[in-house]
Amino acid sequence: MNINYEKKDKLLIVEITEEIDHHVVEKIRRKVDDGITRYMPRKTIFDFSRVSFMDSAGIGMIIGRYKMMKLIGGSLEIVNISSTVKRILEMSGINKIIPLEGKREVV
Amino acid sequence: MYDNEMKLEFLSKSSNEAFARITVAAFASQLDPTIEELADIKTAVSEAVTNSIIHGYENMEGIIKIKGRIIKNTVELEISDTGKGIENVELARKPLYTTKANLERSGMGFTIMESFMDEVEIDSVFGLGTKVIMRKKIKKHIEDLNEILSVGGVC
Ligand SMILES: Nc1ncnc2c1ncn2[C@@H]1O[C@H](COP(=O)(O)OP(=O)(O)OP(=O)(O)O)[C@@H](O)[C@H]1O
Ligand SMILES: [Mg+2]
Repeated sequence: MNINYEKKDKLLIVEITEEIDHHVVEKIRRKVDDGITRYMPRKTIFDFSRVSFMDSAGIGMIIGRYKMMKLIGGSLEIVNISSTVKRILEMSGINKIIPLEGKREVV
Repeated sequence: MYDNEMKLEFLSKSSNEAFARITVAAFASQLDPTIEELADIKTAVSEAVTNSIIHGYENMEGIIKIKGRIIKNTVELEISDTGKGIENVELARKPLYTTKANLERSGMGFTIMESFMDEVEIDSVFGLGTKVIMRKKIKKHIEDLNEILSVGGVC
């Protein structure tokens, strides 16, 4: 995974490059939380363009980061989601609180 | 049609979650599933195996077993642990029900298994272990294709 902070717009960009399951979620959580507490971003953006698999572990991870961003008065967005991953997120109702439709150029 | 069977046994380590779902997917690909059907199976396996690791064995070492069967065009999977078992299966199946909210679990595992597979049976004895049996019928694409061809072949 790659984490970048765009200072100008106060955006924390998290590009996930692996399959999201219980095994990798702990590492993702730690790194993202590190980034959030260090930079206090206005928005955290998860780029899912390289995520080919996600199970329920991802739902918990996303909700956890969403709560954290809310706590510091920021927001969370997920972009470039595949249809399979989207199905899981919609099942959980996450789509009602977190925007999923966005596309974003990967730099 | 094809009839086949396989057995898999591995330690309850989280690094085996990917191993389990990829292996089962390879087994199921004999039925020529679509990418989406294969993704459904992978996700359901990942859910059941993760549950055995987190809830069944509570991160202690144990053995997880998977039996896979192909019966005509149905994949049947039996995923079992000899961990702590489920006290109330009916409750456990409910969406958003989790006993480990502190670990950021969402309680969606069984709901995902149920919606991605055709059938999900949970056989659990509190204190002894849990067995999840899931079935999914793989559609026969080739026959579908033939049907489309024969219907569309009038012009
Ligand atoms: N193999 C198992 N052994 C013991 N208890 C289990 C097992 N599988 C599930 N459970 C119990 O059933 C509950 C619901 O499981 P489910 O997979 O739906 O949600 P979860 O694992 O808590 O969260 P999520 O799967 O969304 O991360 C669990 O919280 C747990 O109490
Ligand atoms: Mg679960």
